[in-house]
Amino acid sequence: MFAYIVRRVAYALPILIGVNLLTFYLFFVVNSPDDMARLHLGVKRVTPEAIDKWKAERGYNKPLLYNEVVSGSAKLTHTIFFEKSVKLFAFDFGHSDDGRDISHDILERMKPSLAIAIPTLLVGLLINITFAMLMAFFRGTYVDVSGVVLCVVLMSISAMFYIIGGQFLLGKLLRLMPISGYDTGLDALKFLVLPVVIGAISGIGAGSRMYRSFFLEEANKDFVRTARAKGLDESLVLFRHVLKNAMIPIVTGVVVVLPMLFLGSLLLESFFAIPGLGSYTIDAINRQDFAIVRAMVFLGSVLYIIGLILVDIAYTVVDPRVRLS
Amino acid sequence: MIMPVILWTDALVFLLVAVVLTFALYARSKPHLRAPWRHVLGSRMASASIVILLAYVVIGLLDSLHYRAPLENNGASDEVHYGVEVLSVLDYLLEPLHTRTEKTYSAPFATHLYTRETIQHPDGSQTREYPRLTWGGRHLADPEADFRSDILVRVATACLQALLLSGLLLLLLGFWLARRTQYTPGHAIRSILAGRTRTPLRVILLTLGLLLLLFCLALNLSTAYHVFGTDKVGQDVFYQTLKSIRTGLVIGTLTTLVMLPFAILMGILAGYARGWIDDLIQYIYYVANHPEKFETALERADIRLLFLCIILGITSWTGLCRLLRGESLKLRESEYIKAAVALGVSHAKVITRHILPNVMHIVLITVVLDFSGLVLAEAVLSYVGVGVDPTMNSWGNMINSARLEMAREPVVWWSLLSAFLFMFTLVLAANLFSDAVRDAFDPRLHQR
Repeated sequence: MFAYIVRRVAYALPILIGVNLLTFYLFFVVNSPDDMARLHLGVKRVTPEAIDKWKAERGYNKPLLYNEVVSGSAKLTHTIFFEKSVKLFAFDFGHSDDGRDISHDILERMKPSLAIAIPTLLVGLLINITFAMLMAFFRGTYVDVSGVVLCVVLMSISAMFYIIGGQFLLGKLLRLMPISGYDTGLDALKFLVLPVVIGAISGIGAGSRMYRSFFLEEANKDFVRTARAKGLDESLVLFRHVLKNAMIPIVTGVVVVLPMLFLGSLLLESFFAIPGLGSYTIDAINRQDFAIVRAMVFLGSVLYIIGLILVDIAYTVVDPRVRLS
Repeated sequence: MIMPVILWTDALVFLLVAVVLTFALYARSKPHLRAPWRHVLGSRMASASIVILLAYVVIGLLDSLHYRAPLENNGASDEVHYGVEVLSVLDYLLEPLHTRTEKTYSAPFATHLYTRETIQHPDGSQTREYPRLTWGGRHLADPEADFRSDILVRVATACLQALLLSGLLLLLLGFWLARRTQYTPGHAIRSILAGRTRTPLRVILLTLGLLLLLFCLALNLSTAYHVFGTDKVGQDVFYQTLKSIRTGLVIGTLTTLVMLPFAILMGILAGYARGWIDDLIQYIYYVANHPEKFETALERADIRLLFLCIILGITSWTGLCRLLRGESLKLRESEYIKAAVALGVSHAKVITRHILPNVMHIVLITVVLDFSGLVLAEAVLSYVGVGVDPTMNSWGNMINSARLEMAREPVVWWSLLSAFLFMFTLVLAANLFSDAVRDAFDPRLHQR
C-alpha cells in the first residue's frame, strides 16, 4: 500500500512538470511580460519606460530561461522560469501583481470556500441518495418515470438561473436571508444558508439520475435476485444489498472531487460575494493578474492529482476485491 | 447584388452539416446502423426533441448565411459599394425586429417606456410621465382601450393560421404515408391520428403544430410589439435571443468537431499500440486536463468564438480519449482482431476496419451528451469573462447583463426570461435526444 502510494506520487511528478512547463509557455512565451505590462498599464500610459518599470517591480525583467549576465548557478536561477515557475513546486507563489502575498491570500480565502463547499457536498449527497433510492424502490412505475423526467428537466436549467432565481425568490421576495455577502465567525452562518441550498439544488438533476443508474445496475445483479428469492423484504434488499454495493461508485466519485473543494465554486462565490478562492480566481482573471492565475492553475493540478491517488486508495477501502499492486 | 461573406465559423458549420448528411446517407444503407436509429425515432420523447432541435438548427443555419448589403448608389459612379455590417439571412427575415429600437428598457408587450421622462407640452407646462414607445404598439390609437382587443385579434389569427397549416401538414403526411404503404390516404391519416404508426408521427405532428403556433404567434405579435421587451439600449430582446441560437449551436457542435479527430486518433492509438505510445498519450491528456489556463492565455483572440470552441475542444477531448483508449484496449484482445492480425492485415487497416467502427457508438454517445453541457458552459464562461465577445449575441451575455438589473424596482426580468426559455428548451431537447441515442446505441443497456 505504502509502496504503491509512493510510486503514484512519483508518477505524478512528471505530470506536474508538464503542467508547469505548459503554463510557463502560455503565460510567458505566448503572452510575454511586455504584453502583460501593456494590458496592466492601459493604452494611454504605455511608454517603454513605464513598461520597463512595471516589469522591474514585479521581477519580469529577467531573461526567460538563461541569464548570461551573472555567473555560476545564478545563470539558471536568475531567470523568470526559475523564479516564477520552479518555485511553484515549493508552494512559493510569490506576490500578486498588486503586491500582495499570494500564499497568505490563498490560506485566508480557503476557509470561506470550504465553509460553502463542504455543506453543499454533504447536503447534496444526502438529497441525491434519498431521491435516487426512492426512484430505484419504485422502479418502472410512474414515480420512477416522473422522477427521471424531473431530473432531466432540473439538469437542463443553467446553474446561473438557479442562483439568480434563488437570490430573487428567497432573498428579495421572501426576505428570508441576505442576498449576498460574508462575515467572520458565527455571523457567517446566515450568509451561508442560501448558497448551500442553491448549490445543493442545482446538483440534484444530474446527481440523482446518475445514482439511480448505479442503484439499478446493482438491483439487476444475481445476488440481489437471490436475496429477493429467499424472501427478504424489498426495502431490506435495497438498503442492505443494493445501497451497500452502489456506494462503491458513489464514494469514489465523491473522493475524486474532495481535493477540489479547496478551490471553491467559481459561480456561487462570485454571485454571493463570498471571499473564497473561486471568486479570487475570477477577480484575478478579470484584473488580468497572471501571477494569481498561475498559482491557482498549479494548485488545481496538484489537487487534481491528489484526487486521483485518493480514488485508488478509496477503492481498496470500500471494495475488498480491489488490491493495489 | 449582395456580396456573400463566409466567416470561419460559417465554413465549419457547413462542413459539419455536410459531415452529418454524409453520415446519414451512409447509415441508411447499412442495416446495423439503421436499426438503432429506428429505435431512436421510435421513441416519442426523442422524435419530439428531434423536431425541436431541427427548428433550432434551421434558425442557426439561416443565421450562418452571411452577406454584406450594397449601399445606396448615389448615381455618381457605377461602382457598387458594400456596407461594413455583415448581415445574415436571419437578419433580413427579422429586419423589423432588428431595426425597430426604442430608447431604453420596455417591458414585454408594453406600449410605454419603462422609465419616466419629462415631457414638454405645447402649452408650455411640463409633466413627468411614461412616454409612448416609438415602435411597440404604434398602430394603436388609444393603447389603454385598444390593447386587449388588438392582442386578442392577433392571437386568434395566429391560432387559426397555425391550425390551417397543421391541417395541411397532416394531409401531406397522410398522402406521403399512403404512397409508401399502399393504404388509402384516409386510412393513413386515421392511423396517424390514432398513433398507430411505427414512427410516432402523431407526436411529431403535435410538436410541429406547437412550433407552428409559436411561429404564427411570433409573426403576428412581434411585428407590432416587443414580445420579450427591449434591453438597456432599446434593442428587441426577442431578436437577441433568436440571434443567440447560432452562438449556442456553434459552441455545442464545433467544439466537438474540433476535438473529435484528436480524441479518436489518440484514444485508439493508445489502446491499440500500448507500450510507450500509451504512456505518452496518457501523459498528454493528464497535462491537458486543466481548463483555466487556456482560457486566460488566449482571451484576447480576435475570432473569439472560434477560439473558444478550440479551447473548449482542447480541454474536453481528454474524456473521450480515455474512453476510447479503454475500449480499444479491450477490443485488441478480442478474437476477430487477433484473427485479422494473424492473417497479416496491416495495423492501419485493423484500426480503420475493425476498431474504428466498433468504437463509433461511444463517439456518437459522447458527442450528443456533450452538446448540452457545452451550451450551458457558454453561459457560465461568458459570466466569468472568458466567453464569447461581449458584443456578440449569446445567452451568456444576455444573462450577464440582465443579472445586474435584478436590483431595479420594478425588476427588469424579461431578458432573463427569454434567455432562460430558449436555452432551457434547447438543452432539454438535447438531453432527451441524447438519452434516446444512448439507449439505442449502448450495447450494455440492451443486455438487460
